[in-house]
Amino acid sequence: MTDTLANHADGGLRRGEPLIEMAGVGKAYGAVRALRGIDLRVGAGEVTCVLGDNGAGKSTLIKIMSGLHPHTEGTLKVDGRETTFASPREALSHGIATVYQDLAVVPLMEVWRNFFLGAELTAGRFPLAGLRIREMRRIADEELRKMGIVVNDINQPIGTLSGGQRQCVAIARAVYFGARVLILDEPTAALGVKQSGVVLRYVAAARDAGLGVVFITHNPHHAYLVGDHFIILKLGATVLDRARAEVSLDELTAQMAGGDELAELSHELGR
Amino acid sequence: MTQSVRAVPGLSGRLLARPEVGALVAAALIFVFFLAAAPAFRSAESFFTVLYQSSTIGIVAVGVGMLMIGGEFDLSAGVITTTAGLVNSMFCWYFGVNLWIGALLSLAFCLLVGFLNGYLVMRTGIPSFLITLGTFFVLQGANLGVTKLVTGSVSSTDISRIDGFDSLGAIFASSFKVGPVTVWITVIWWILFVALSAWILQRTRIGNWFFAVGGAPDSARAVGVPVVRSKIGLFMTVSFLGWFVGMHTLYRFNTLQAGNGVGNEFLYIIAAVVGGTLLTGGFGNATGVAIGAFIFGMTSLGIVYAGWDPNWFKAFLGVMLLLAVLVNLYVKRMSTTRKAG
Repeated sequence: MTDTLANHADGGLRRGEPLIEMAGVGKAYGAVRALRGIDLRVGAGEVTCVLGDNGAGKSTLIKIMSGLHPHTEGTLKVDGRETTFASPREALSHGIATVYQDLAVVPLMEVWRNFFLGAELTAGRFPLAGLRIREMRRIADEELRKMGIVVNDINQPIGTLSGGQRQCVAIARAVYFGARVLILDEPTAALGVKQSGVVLRYVAAARDAGLGVVFITHNPHHAYLVGDHFIILKLGATVLDRARAEVSLDELTAQMAGGDELAELSHELGR
Repeated sequence: MTQSVRAVPGLSGRLLARPEVGALVAAALIFVFFLAAAPAFRSAESFFTVLYQSSTIGIVAVGVGMLMIGGEFDLSAGVITTTAGLVNSMFCWYFGVNLWIGALLSLAFCLLVGFLNGYLVMRTGIPSFLITLGTFFVLQGANLGVTKLVTGSVSSTDISRIDGFDSLGAIFASSFKVGPVTVWITVIWWILFVALSAWILQRTRIGNWFFAVGGAPDSARAVGVPVVRSKIGLFMTVSFLGWFVGMHTLYRFNTLQAGNGVGNEFLYIIAAVVGGTLLTGGFGNATGVAIGAFIFGMTSLGIVYAGWDPNWFKAFLGVMLLLAVLVNLYVKRMSTTRKAG
């Protein structure tokens, strides 16, 4: 499957080259500051893990990078140029694709329609041009097979696939359509151990193919398996920002589990 | 997790998973039933009368079905047909201008209403049921109020002597004879609109987007589908088709009762749901909606041909609706059942 990823990944990507750089980025919803002072760098061929508890600001950070909500402070640079995304379409056109935990697919639509949703192949540019259905079915089936996802029937509603398979179809789709940065929102949160393994292998494969990956999770074990750089958010601010060499799994786990707060709690409960 | 449910078990399963199958079976049964029960039903003439009756509901139902696939409702769809006719008729009568000008003005007005429906729904996030319920009442009241102001009564004046009546009549309300059979042009238009809608829904990019914005709007938006534009477009499609039927009624009868059209919005929704459109969006097709409208036409006239009290018609429609909803529920469960494992 690594080969397929490599085939579709942008050949011009050089390992370590910065794709997204955020400096002092913040977001306020009216009077509420959901996020402040975030510095984050996503390099080609690297996995940047963003960890945090519920409400830490992970979703807000994703929404800024994927174009759902523009940031209100700081600068966001894509390929060295400062940008503010107005819509997900704009982020996509910069090669930034987001795969959401629960919003990855439209359950009642066929697998191939989901695979091509938003990037359908048409027979012409006029408004009601026909879809190239046979071609789309073939491509979707081939691509999924190559990546190790075998569906009984490419025409079955995607809602009939398992959670891990759906997640993989969504990732495969993003890569096929030339994503350079892949933002994965809690891809393993709802999955069992085996299914998580399937998804993590994908993350590694995408990294090896030279894509920049932002891996959002609250599971430090999953993060440490694939991550090159770790950021922990708490209450909308960064509390830890280290490269893999500078941090151990124990440290990550301790920080995620609450760190100082946990020590305090342990003292308070006094057992 | 031990129970493994096969989502689409072979051909029969795949057939059942098609939205229009339930409606097709129902239509066949009802057809045979009226053939047996109503002697007057057994002629080509009455078959085409049924088609005409179906087309007057079916044309707007095409749009309403697409809108419902897109996950929204339009309760103003019934009353807008009357608004369309009234705008055209009274504007031209009051200012003494060619009817074509009024027809175009009325078209622009209807598209604006559709746009406003869609814009308000998307902008405020309030369910379309409420927004269009508002539009419905505004239009219903304005239809009566404005008509009374302009003409002094609750019906519009006869426009058959104003310029443009004949050419517009030919487009919207003419009929021709094939042997003993009278074919109304709305039947032709209906077939064309159904075909166009079927093409759009199954074979075009925008159709793909309609299913997506109805089935999972957030997922659709996340992969770059323009959700707001798609949905506003759907509301405008409905109001366009409402205008179309409004033109038919106006040029067929010359005058309009300002209170007409109320209640039709439910017939459109029933036609769509009976035809297999999922009430919650994301599932359905054009053929199903057409069959739904045909069932409406058959029963509304079949009861008359059979010599029964036509008041039973609504009770019958209600039963059809309940059955259709049950079938839909079953289909949705079947097609979204996750495989174990």
